[in-house]
Amino acid sequence: MTDLKNPPAEEKSYSQGQLVRMRFFRHKGAIISMAVMALVILVAFTSIGIGPIPGWWDKVPELQYPKIGDGAPSWEHPFGQDTGGKDYFALVMLGTQKSLIIAFGVGIISTVIGTLVGALAGYFRGWVEAVLMRMTDLLLVIPLLVLAAVLGKMASSWGIWGLTLMLGLVTWTGLARLVRGEVLSLREREFVVAAYAVGTSSSRTIFKHILPNAIGTIIVSATLAISAAILLETALSFLGYGVQAPDTSLGLLIQQYQTAFTTRPWLFWWPGLMILAIALSVNFIGDGLRDAFDPRQNRTKA
Amino acid sequence: MTTLDLSSAPDATTPGDAVLSFTDLEVTFGTEFGDVHAVKGISLEVRPGEVVALVGESGSGKSVTSTTALGLLPGNARVSGRVQVGDQVVGDLDPAGLRKMRGNDIAMVFQEPMTALNPVLTIGDQLTEALQLHGIAFGKQAMARAAELLDMVGIPEPERRLKQYPHELSGGQRQRVVIAMAISCDPKVIIADEPTTALDVTVQADILDLLRSLKDKLDTGILLITHNMGVVADMADRVAVMFKGDLVETGSAAQVLTDPQHDYTKRLLKAVPHLGEGRGQDDAAVARSVETERADAETPALELDQLVIEYHRLGKPPFRAVDDVSFTVGAGEIVGLVGESGSGKSTIAKCALGLIPARSGSVRILGEDFGAMRKKQLKDLRRRIGVVFQDPAASINPRFPVGEAINEPLAVHKIGDAASRQKRVMELLDAVELPRSYYNRYPHELSGGQRQRVSIARALTLEPELMVADEPTSALDVSVQAAVLEMFLDLQSEFGFACLFVSHDLAVIDMLAHQVVVMQEGRIVEKGTRDRVLRSPQEEYTKRLLAAAPVPDPTEQKERREERHRLLAEWGDEVSEIRLREGA
Repeated sequence: MTDLKNPPAEEKSYSQGQLVRMRFFRHKGAIISMAVMALVILVAFTSIGIGPIPGWWDKVPELQYPKIGDGAPSWEHPFGQDTGGKDYFALVMLGTQKSLIIAFGVGIISTVIGTLVGALAGYFRGWVEAVLMRMTDLLLVIPLLVLAAVLGKMASSWGIWGLTLMLGLVTWTGLARLVRGEVLSLREREFVVAAYAVGTSSSRTIFKHILPNAIGTIIVSATLAISAAILLETALSFLGYGVQAPDTSLGLLIQQYQTAFTTRPWLFWWPGLMILAIALSVNFIGDGLRDAFDPRQNRTKA
Repeated sequence: MTTLDLSSAPDATTPGDAVLSFTDLEVTFGTEFGDVHAVKGISLEVRPGEVVALVGESGSGKSVTSTTALGLLPGNARVSGRVQVGDQVVGDLDPAGLRKMRGNDIAMVFQEPMTALNPVLTIGDQLTEALQLHGIAFGKQAMARAAELLDMVGIPEPERRLKQYPHELSGGQRQRVVIAMAISCDPKVIIADEPTTALDVTVQADILDLLRSLKDKLDTGILLITHNMGVVADMADRVAVMFKGDLVETGSAAQVLTDPQHDYTKRLLKAVPHLGEGRGQDDAAVARSVETERADAETPALELDQLVIEYHRLGKPPFRAVDDVSFTVGAGEIVGLVGESGSGKSTIAKCALGLIPARSGSVRILGEDFGAMRKKQLKDLRRRIGVVFQDPAASINPRFPVGEAINEPLAVHKIGDAASRQKRVMELLDAVELPRSYYNRYPHELSGGQRQRVSIARALTLEPELMVADEPTSALDVSVQAAVLEMFLDLQSEFGFACLFVSHDLAVIDMLAHQVVVMQEGRIVEKGTRDRVLRSPQEEYTKRLLAAAPVPDPTEQKERREERHRLLAEWGDEVSEIRLREGA
């Protein structure tokens, strides 16, 4: 009866989610990155506003303003002006907005598809797995950049949303494989067998018993998918297959002003810096999440 | 054989004689939730040719204590006190000194021989590694010595075995290899950390015989860590009982096991199920209750008829796990299914749950032919079957709080509304003697015994007519096991479910079962009432099993051991022991 006489009642109890949160908030890099990320999102969306809602920045990206000097950063135009006199801060913020929308959209779409495909393949095995995984292999063998470029061009008439959808449709393969592996090992665990023995239906087993236990893998992959999406969008736009003018994005800005690199370097540096900040902080957040979900991977020291 | 020079006089008491001694040992682990005081100042010593058993439940600090002797604790551990191996103080050694000490002076035998051996290296490679590292023998000479070692621990055809990989050997042979590795450098002391826990009972008896001959013939000191009182009675000269990091009692094996002083030791010993003293089921009452149950319930809960189960293997003929098995579990009856690993008992349990199909023969669960059922009918049938698995940590979804886990069967079958479900869960928590406040706790916050209570509660949620319990207590500590079994019996008489109880532990079966079915390699060896099978077994295999199960009383165990050796001689088997070559 010792197990009853000494219940761990005095100790404060934490749920798994709380434990993960505590470990995450102790990861300095991740917390700083969260702050940077929040700042970038906040400034990008409030400064020039979204659609019809105006922001606090008094200049708009479409108008050309009288040039001050050679357009280098000044108090009037902190990020400088482009060749035609447009306010570069407003332009970069607009590009950041679009790039963020694309990145998060792609992250969400690819995570949902990847999780579903992986879970179904891992849980049902047999022909379901064969079909789904061969489909995954098919997507994997075509170079991602080429595939994304072709599909992106095809969907360019729908603006950035079309591009987001297309990129989401081609980037889920890695996650599908990870989730399938995780589900394959989870479905043999006794609590899944126990659920099955009670008469639990397949969909309930997958969504209530298996996937919540794979959430670590899924969240970490989702974050990394977001940073990969930012880079992919940038690369595509730079090559001219991604976002098309008059829409803009960080990659497109770099592409448009690449000739100005030597004469007006700020036109190159600001969007580059934003890409760096976003990609780096998303990666750090992913790192922190991974450590929080799987503390065995590192930090053995107290 | 340098240790042979050392004095092995049992009355040697001067500390200098001890091959392993702990003085005021304290170990603290720094974790992210504060410090954990694992060992709180214990003193203990092991002399040559002596077996000291360190007994305690999981979490009592016994493995931590032994690990300090090898200097193998993880980086977040702080050790104070003095640990001495031979004449070296472990704390003073640098990494090179520690490496020299490990293997040479002190060696370790691990619990799980499969994980203690590297699966991608041959037995020969692993045996010669220690010899070469410590500069004892090289090349051909080392191989010859390795073969000699295998021969010593009683592995036939040692030269051929050297070229094999661990997976080609049986569990008992693997543990013999691990022991051969441990004695390869002729250490003064061996730490055996639960050396037989992962093994079958007959293999356990063999390995214990081997270890015993080790201390007699090589004069090695052995620190035996175990939770099994039977093993203690069989092996130990002295016993040290640990409880929550403290040493609560030390003394000779006979004294501690027959006349314990400390309350905790008394409680621990009382909890050990004793073969031959099955107290749960009084036979007359059993007969009566089975009679009455039979009368009012015509259909047996589970009926297996000439059941054959095969596992398919790629490129090989299918493996027949269960072969022509027929038995019946009557309503309200507990049938104990006993056998060693690989006997097919768990396969039968899975089949009774309808998780694997039968190759031929029939399975009738609660009177319904399982083979001919549709999906909808299956779901209805599953409502009437409960299941408890071996490992409570693995069988409860770690993301579900306790209440939700118990509630899950109700949710699946859409029974009642939220309020009535919660009421039912509360009743079940009461029934398995858990506080109601545990409703919102997560499984990882509970101890092993508490988790097993949760999984029993979950099995009872739908008031099943048939319960399938697959080794429900083998992962638990003895005292916890006793409490859980007691509760299980109470619940069984209260709810009156029929039960197929799978176990490898004859003492547990003895305590619970009405009927016993003994299995070996997929076939039934013997079946009948508990009294007939366990008290007057007819078959050689049942006798072997019974003879090999150790009891927690040194004198009785000695008699049983001699009886077993006599039986083995009668059957033409050898008693395993270290075989020393001429001149060694």
